[in-house]
Amino acid sequence: MIAELQHVLSTLDLPADWVGLRAVKETASCRNVRDGLPQGNCKQLSYGTMVEVLVNGQIGYGAVNSFQPEHLRLAAKAAYRQALAASQWAIYPMTPVTRPKVVGNYTSPFLKPLEAIAPGEINELLIRLCQTLKVSDKIVQTNASANTQEVESWYISSNGSEVYQKFLLLGTSYGAIAQDGPDVQQRSNNGNGHYYQGGWELFPDAALWDRARQIGEQAVELLTAEECPTATTTLVLAPDQMMLQIHESVGHPLELDRILGDERNYAGGSFVKPSDFGTLAYGSALMNITFNPTVPGEFASYGFDDTGAPATKEYLIKDGVLRRGLGGLESQARTGVAGVSCARASSWNRPPIDRMANLNLEAGSDSVAEIIRDTEHGVYMEANRSWSIDDQRYKFQFGCEYARLIENGQLTKSLRNPNYRGTTPEFWRSLVRIGDDNSWEMYGTPYCGKGEPNQSIRVGHGSPVCAFANMEVFGGGA
Amino acid sequence: MSQTFEILESTFDRLLKNFQSERQPNEHFTLTLTGETSQFVRFNHAKVRQIGSVTDCQAELTLMANQRTASFSFPLCGDWETDWQAAKSVLQELRQDVADLPIDPYSVLPSGTESSREVHVGRLLPPDQVASMVLPEVAGLDFAGIYGGGGLLRAYADSVGQTHWFETESFALDYSIFTADNQAVKGVVAGSQWDKAAYVAKLANSKRQLERLADAPKPIPKGQYRTYLAPQAIAEIIAMFSWGAVGEAAIQQGESAFGMLRRGEKYLSPAFTLNENFSHGLVPRFNNLGEMAPVEMAIIDAGKLVNSLVNSRTAKEYNKVANGANGSESLRSPEVCPGTLATADILKALDTGLYLSNLHYLNWSDRPTGRITGMTRYACFWVEDGAIVAPIENLRFDESLYHFLGENLIALTNEQEFIPDISTYSSRKTGGIWVPGLLVEDFTYTL
Repeated sequence: MIAELQHVLSTLDLPADWVGLRAVKETASCRNVRDGLPQGNCKQLSYGTMVEVLVNGQIGYGAVNSFQPEHLRLAAKAAYRQALAASQWAIYPMTPVTRPKVVGNYTSPFLKPLEAIAPGEINELLIRLCQTLKVSDKIVQTNASANTQEVESWYISSNGSEVYQKFLLLGTSYGAIAQDGPDVQQRSNNGNGHYYQGGWELFPDAALWDRARQIGEQAVELLTAEECPTATTTLVLAPDQMMLQIHESVGHPLELDRILGDERNYAGGSFVKPSDFGTLAYGSALMNITFNPTVPGEFASYGFDDTGAPATKEYLIKDGVLRRGLGGLESQARTGVAGVSCARASSWNRPPIDRMANLNLEAGSDSVAEIIRDTEHGVYMEANRSWSIDDQRYKFQFGCEYARLIENGQLTKSLRNPNYRGTTPEFWRSLVRIGDDNSWEMYGTPYCGKGEPNQSIRVGHGSPVCAFANMEVFGGGA
Repeated sequence: MSQTFEILESTFDRLLKNFQSERQPNEHFTLTLTGETSQFVRFNHAKVRQIGSVTDCQAELTLMANQRTASFSFPLCGDWETDWQAAKSVLQELRQDVADLPIDPYSVLPSGTESSREVHVGRLLPPDQVASMVLPEVAGLDFAGIYGGGGLLRAYADSVGQTHWFETESFALDYSIFTADNQAVKGVVAGSQWDKAAYVAKLANSKRQLERLADAPKPIPKGQYRTYLAPQAIAEIIAMFSWGAVGEAAIQQGESAFGMLRRGEKYLSPAFTLNENFSHGLVPRFNNLGEMAPVEMAIIDAGKLVNSLVNSRTAKEYNKVANGANGSESLRSPEVCPGTLATADILKALDTGLYLSNLHYLNWSDRPTGRITGMTRYACFWVEDGAIVAPIENLRFDESLYHFLGENLIALTNEQEFIPDISTYSSRKTGGIWVPGLLVEDFTYTL
C-alpha cells in the first residue's frame, strides 16, 4: 500500500507546500446476545484515503472511500482548491513543521488472532454468559456482546514520511437488569469498559463465570438495598469509575483545541487557561497524570499520531501541578504550550484533532484495605452509570451502578442509585488517598465524542482506587 | 441528482439484480445504502480552522436464512468491478456466518410491498465559496462553528421486491458567537437552499441577543426556580427519549424512563403531546426492513403514553403490533405540539425566574424515575418581573420529567421551531425536531 500511495503522490501535479496521504482499512465485527438469543451479528469493512494538502499556510483535506489512484488524485485536487480558497481566512499559518517526517511502524500485541474464534462459538459464549447472569426471576434482561476491530493505516507525505500501523481491538461487555415492580437496577461488568488491544487471548478469562454470576446477584441485591444517603463524606472510587472521572474532568479540560476555542461550538471550552500550564495546582500532591500511548494492551496505544508525531509517555500533571496540555503539533504551535502526540482522526474520513489516547492516573502507595480501614465514614462506588459535565468541564455529576457504605473502617451495607457531584479543581484537590499498583486497573472505550465534523474515537484510562474527602453524595428517586 | 449518486444508483440496481439472481430458495436479504458528498468548513475566531470534503458510501447487506440473520457493511465507490468483487465476497462470508449462528426465534423477514423514490435538489454554496460567503458577515465577532453541506443518500431494497431511494441536498451552518467573558449565543441556519438574506437576518438576531449578554453573569444559588425552556433546550430533552424511553423493547426490558407511564402510575400534563410526524418530508419513512412508518402517529397524547415505537422484531417477541419503527426504536421525526402561550408573552408569563436558551450534556441520573441531569448553556438569563436582569453563570439541573412535563408544566408556546439534526458522527444526518418552548414551575437546580 505504501508503494501505491507513493505512486499517487509522485503523479500529483499540485503547487502545494506539503501533501500527505493517510489510507485506512477497518474490519470490524459485533456479536450481541440478549436474554440468550442472538440480537445482532454484523461485520463491517470500511476503507478510504484522506489526502491533506498545505497551501499558503492552510491545510485542506479531501477524503474518499477508495484506494484507487484516480479517486485519490481527485481528492487531492479538491483538497488543494479548498485550502487555497480558505487560505486568506486561515486561523494560523501552518507549516510542514506540524507534519514532521517520520518513518516507522506499530502493531498491537496479540496472541490469538481476531478471526481465531468462529461466529457460532462467540455466540455460544455470549449465550452462556446470559444464562449465568440470570440468577433469579427478577432478572428481566441479560445481555452480552463482543466487538472486534482490526485497523490498518498507511501514512506517507511529500516530506518523506512512511508509517504503517496495525491495531487489533477487542471489546466485551455483559450485564443484567433486575426489576421488582417500579424498582429497576442494572449491573454490568465494570461499566462496560473492557476494551483493549489484543486478540482472543483476552476473553474469556478464568474469572469470567464467577464474575457474571456475581453481577447478576448484585443486580438483584440492589433492588432491596438502601438508597445512597445524601451526605458530605469520604468518597472512595473504584478504577472503573475513576476511568470516567479522569476522562471527563482531566482529559477534556486539558485538550488544547478546547482551550484555543476550536470546540466551543460543540463539545465546549475549558476552565483551564494557557497561562495555567506550569503553575496551576490542579489536584492534591498525590495526583500524577500521564499521557501514555505506549502501555502494551491499553486501548489507545499507538506508535505515531495521525500527523506523524511519535508517541511518548509524558506527565500532564506531576505532584498535582499542571505541566503539559493534550495538544498535537498544530495546537502546540498555536499556543506555545508543551503538548503530546495526540492529533488523531477517528477514521479516513475525518481530519486529526487533539484527542486523549491513554490517560492514566499513576498508582500511589496505599493498599485498598488501608484506604477502607482508615475511612471512618464514607461511600465506596463502582461502575459508571450516568455522566454529565458542563461545557467548561467544571461542574459535574456522575452516577454509579453499585455502592457500599463505609462505617468505622469497614465496608458494610450495599447502597443503590449512588451519585456524586462537584467541581473539577475542588474534587482533585480533595484526593486524599491513592491506591497502589495492586489496585491499578485499566479500561477503555471507543465512544469519546468530539469535533466538527463529529468524531468518536477510542481512549484508554488506568487508575488505582482513590479516596476523596468531603464529597457531596446522594441517591435516586424523583 | 449528482453524478456521484447517479453512478451509485446504477451500482445499487445492479447489485440488487445480482443478489436476487444469486439468492437461494431459503434465503432473504435486505440491502441498504448510506452515502454522502459533504463539504465541511470549521470556524474559530471568525477564521477557518479546518476545511475539506468527504465522499463516502457504505452498503449493508443483511442475509436471513433458516431463522438466522447476519449483516455486513462494505464500501461502494462506484467502480462496478471493485464494488461487485467486494459484494460477492461479502455474500459468501455472510452465508458462512449465517450457517454457524444459533437460531433467533424472533428473526423477521422483509415482507412489505412498499416502494418509494424521493429526490430533493438543493441550491448550496460552491465548496470554495463557503468561507468567503460566511466570514465577511461576522468580521469583528468571536464566531465559531461548522458548515456542513452537500448530498445525502439513503436507499433500501430487499428480496421481496421493495425498493426505496431517498436523496437530498442540504446544508447546516451551526454557529456560536462569544462575548469577551465567554458568554455566547447559538444560531443555526439550515435547509436545502442557501439564502444569504436569511443568514444575515439570523446573524442580526444573534447580535441583538449578544448585546443582552454584555452584563456580568449573575451567580444563581441552587434551588427551585420557575423556568422557561426555549425550543432548543426542549429539543435536547426530547432527544433523550430515544435513549431509553419511547422504544417498546426498552419498556419491556426495564430500560425505559416511561415505565411509570406505561404502568399508569404517572401521567404527564394534558398540555403535553408528542408525535412522530413524517409529513415534513425531511427524513425517509422507510426503516431497516423497508416498512413505512405512519405519516403521523401520537406517542404521548395529552399526557398519556398511547404508542411506543415498535419494530417488527419487538412486535414478534412481545406480541405487539409493529409501527414502522427502526431497529433501535428511536424517534426519527418528532414534534411536540404547541400550546397557547404567545411568544411575545414569554417573559411576562415567566415573571421571575430563569430563561434557558439551551441545555448541554444531558443524561439520565435515575432513569426509572425519569430523572435527567444536565447543564444550562449559551444565552441563559435571570428574569425579574417580566424583564431580563442579567445572564447567569451555568447551572446544573437534576429533575424528573414526571415533574417538569407533568404537574409542574405551566404552558407551551403557541409556535414550534424547527431544530435541525446537525450531528455528523459517521455521516451527516437528515431531519430534526419541531418543538415549542415550555414554561415550568419549580425546576430543580443542584450545582
